[in-house]
Amino acid sequence: MIDLSLLLDGGVGWLDASGPSSHLVLSTRVRLARNLAGRVFQGRNSESEREQVLTIVADAARDGQLLRRAVAFRLDRLDRIERQLLHERHLVSKELAGLEADGRVKSGASVLIQDRLSVMVNEEDHLRLQGLRSGFAVEQAYGEVERLDTELGQRLPFAFHPEFGYLTSCPTNVGTGLRASVLIHLPGLVLTKEISKVLQGLAQVGLTFRGLYGEGSEVVGNFFQLSNQTTLGKSEHDLLDHLGKMVRQVMDYEEQARSVLLRDAPAIIEDKVWRAYGLLRYARSLSFEEAMNLLSGVRLGVGVGLIPDVGMYTLNKLLVHTQPAHLAVAEGTTVADPDLPVRRARHVRRVLEDEVGRRG
Amino acid sequence: MECDQCHEREAVIHLTQIVNEQVSTLHLCERCAAEKGVESPGTVTKTPLGSFLAAMGKDVPAGEQPGTGGPAAAAARALVPADRDRCPRCGASLQDFRETGRVGCGECWERFEGPLRELLRRLHGSTHHVGERYTAPGAAPADPKREEADLREQLRVAVETENFELAAELRDRLRVYEP
Repeated sequence: MIDLSLLLDGGVGWLDASGPSSHLVLSTRVRLARNLAGRVFQGRNSESEREQVLTIVADAARDGQLLRRAVAFRLDRLDRIERQLLHERHLVSKELAGLEADGRVKSGASVLIQDRLSVMVNEEDHLRLQGLRSGFAVEQAYGEVERLDTELGQRLPFAFHPEFGYLTSCPTNVGTGLRASVLIHLPGLVLTKEISKVLQGLAQVGLTFRGLYGEGSEVVGNFFQLSNQTTLGKSEHDLLDHLGKMVRQVMDYEEQARSVLLRDAPAIIEDKVWRAYGLLRYARSLSFEEAMNLLSGVRLGVGVGLIPDVGMYTLNKLLVHTQPAHLAVAEGTTVADPDLPVRRARHVRRVLEDEVGRRG
Repeated sequence: MECDQCHEREAVIHLTQIVNEQVSTLHLCERCAAEKGVESPGTVTKTPLGSFLAAMGKDVPAGEQPGTGGPAAAAARALVPADRDRCPRCGASLQDFRETGRVGCGECWERFEGPLRELLRRLHGSTHHVGERYTAPGAAPADPKREEADLREQLRVAVETENFELAAELRDRLRVYEP
């Protein structure tokens, strides 16, 4: 089994709820798509070319400062459950982990991780540089990944076109290659049924949304990933600035929705959040989806000050640790275990009991 | 379940419609659904650029791209089979791109510049990178004089061909060279 303890905070430091506005925003991620000049892109290159890409990138990373001590994982040499574990921690994409419908890990698929920075190698592009921060921290996340971009770009020749900018495998990423996404919890807007209006509005201003686990994932537990849709024709700072402004507005709407709910339907909301808490504390079987929805309710209760005894960090950790692979590894079983819902409920009960004991 | 339309193929798309307050469900195979303009989740995930790719090339000027266009393009096609237009570096054709939604390599971006530029305009509302500039290690740094001259030449062609949208964009880009 892979040793995630080698990573700073197990690679889930982004969950610690220490960042700005972390009662609403779990994390901010900025990624830059880069390819090596003169080399065939993923999809048309051979296994040996992919190996070469990995060697070249790993050498450049070791030569610099920011990934000098990086922990490296070769996804193509890991078991499925280990790959899923990395994906559940948001350290690698579904594609890199080979967890998509066709279910194959591509040869040479790897990730180098050091602190809050990482680079996925042999994903859809040769390199995907990522910076991940706790809370709402778009500029900070970009600042870090930009430094990594400069460092690697001085050592590796990136494919760059004077008109189109950084060249990517998919035309949706060309130009800056930048995708910034903010993982935000919006139960107030969902309960007031304002959410579809807000999401439509975001689409009109060039933003898009995805579920908790990125592209192609469903929205569960009222968690949304908001990100820029276009990557070309605007500078990096304009893209980030625009996303930041829009997310701030969404945060305002969410706060307003929560005040409206508490003003107009306090009994209903109170019942909802405590009911969610009660189920999490005493249920004997929880499906993944149910757990997500109940955690969402409790998170709302903590956010508006109705539930005092639970920390955001604990809730964020539960979000990851109740995912199938995490649960299976912690319990020494497999993701196919039919008892997983029972084990999940037991895990959640223990964590919440500890939390109350610790705080009370 | 067979398709309601052709009664031949397996229905994979189940379209629920409400017409005059009557709810009805139509079961369609992938091909009939496509003919009706209904996208199946399958086709969407297969080519994430979905309709962009399907529409791509349809209004690209004839001759710029094999396989589509007017009579002139058809004539050109008779002379040069579409498949011959492949990227010299990776061997990808425009058809490969349409199928996968992925560009084969950096040279493909040059080889299929025309159609790709059209696509970028639709996807991003722009075709020009205005973010950070990059010079690869060991490469000669970009020469601003030469870049400016290139842009002026592009602007001249844009005005001549009455491509005013592009001309406006080029004029904006030229502003950075003004003293």
